[in-house]
Amino acid sequence: MSMATASRVVLIGGSAGGLQAILTLLPGLSSRMNAAVIIVLHRQSRTDSMLAELLSAKTTLPVHEAEEKEPLLPGAIYIAPGDYHLLVETDHTLSLDYSEKIHFSRPSIDVTFSSAAAVFGEDTMAVLLSGANSDGVEGLADVHEAGGITMVQDPETATVDFMPRHAIQTVPVDHVLAADVMASFINNFAGVLAG
Amino acid sequence: MHRNHISEQEVSMLLNDVLERYGYDFTEYAHASINRRVNHLFQADRFPSFAEFRYRIISDAGYALRFVEEITVNVTEMFRDPQFYYALRQQVLPVLATYPLIRIWHAGCSTGEEVYSFAILLKEAGLLHKSVIYATDINTSVLEKGRTGIFPLSQMQQYSRNYMEAGGLEDFSSYYTANYEYAKFRQDLGGKIIFSPHNLVTDGSFNEFQLIICRNVLIYFNKTLQDKVLRLFCDSLEPLGFLALGSKESLNFTSVSAQFRQLDGREKIWRKHHL
Repeated sequence: MSMATASRVVLIGGSAGGLQAILTLLPGLSSRMNAAVIIVLHRQSRTDSMLAELLSAKTTLPVHEAEEKEPLLPGAIYIAPGDYHLLVETDHTLSLDYSEKIHFSRPSIDVTFSSAAAVFGEDTMAVLLSGANSDGVEGLADVHEAGGITMVQDPETATVDFMPRHAIQTVPVDHVLAADVMASFINNFAGVLAG
Repeated sequence: MHRNHISEQEVSMLLNDVLERYGYDFTEYAHASINRRVNHLFQADRFPSFAEFRYRIISDAGYALRFVEEITVNVTEMFRDPQFYYALRQQVLPVLATYPLIRIWHAGCSTGEEVYSFAILLKEAGLLHKSVIYATDINTSVLEKGRTGIFPLSQMQQYSRNYMEAGGLEDFSSYYTANYEYAKFRQDLGGKIIFSPHNLVTDGSFNEFQLIICRNVLIYFNKTLQDKVLRLFCDSLEPLGFLALGSKESLNFTSVSAQFRQLDGREKIWRKHHL
């Protein structure tokens, strides 16, 4: 049994206020999108089982917490588990990592963004949402350097504007958008599943 | 934000060097994580080029040891995932209690915080006096830390909370003496722990155990290596022995899964079949 893994990836990272933005953009994602979606959200690790459920209610795409060594499939949404870093491997599978926190965070947005950029290159789109710390900015820089597309939540619309503002000041950002208009850009990048 | 990177190909050259020169085999580790750690070390030690980094590793055995120590992950805590320890207390210790001598292997123990945690469980169940815990790791300097039983005092508040959530009933601070910035754990806990180097990739079995604990080590290996190490664990367990892994690790879809049955509940604890 072998299924073709995703050839494009959409990365979504958020911290304080990020969940709200994700809940806003998810319903707009096409049910036939042809990219894997990875969500890295800072949170208390205890709320894990509820998070997948909460996000599932907002989209028809399948959502689940990422598992060790599972392949990235097109049209599926993966959530980085609480208290683990999530990395993308060359063969388009996922691996977990329990190393030091980055910017006081595990999962770290930087870790996932950077490792995905190294594998997917220009087929990467990275979206950075509301938050109060600096995680994700270096990851966005790596996505940009690899030729991928960078998108940041419009600070004016973010619950906590520090993270998006810091990103815009530091990294070349392709799109600055409110969460409710992000989905069409993501759908456009992700393409449509055949059949 | 231009940073000096070394490529995945260069990383694999280094791993081959380390294997050929020093016998440490990282070639079957999951790439993304090891790639990140090698790059981190490359930047932290400020090498101007890959060639100089490589030359240093090949020519300086002391530095090569630092390389090995830095690219292995050594993040741990006491009573990590308290529910896991609660399950050990409830479901595993009563079975271990029936043995005259309890042999436990904690593989990949890092600096030993989880080993001391389990020693506390054994102590409270009245089993520590008839137990031996072999705590092993590839990294000899973390073992040295474990042997001292001295951990930062700043962590004790968190550890005490974990201990309570794991079903602990005592005053956690009764297990250590605080001295300046450090907490030194009681001699009777450490006295039953044998810290010793062991490389899961290259070394074989060294005893038969009733319980093997190996948490958040397999996530760093590729599938092939995971299978190999799980077979080593399987061969090192007595019939009806227990295997305990990290909270995101599993025996599903591995070559040993048919020989184990997972205990009831959410925890990653399996019991080996009879025969």
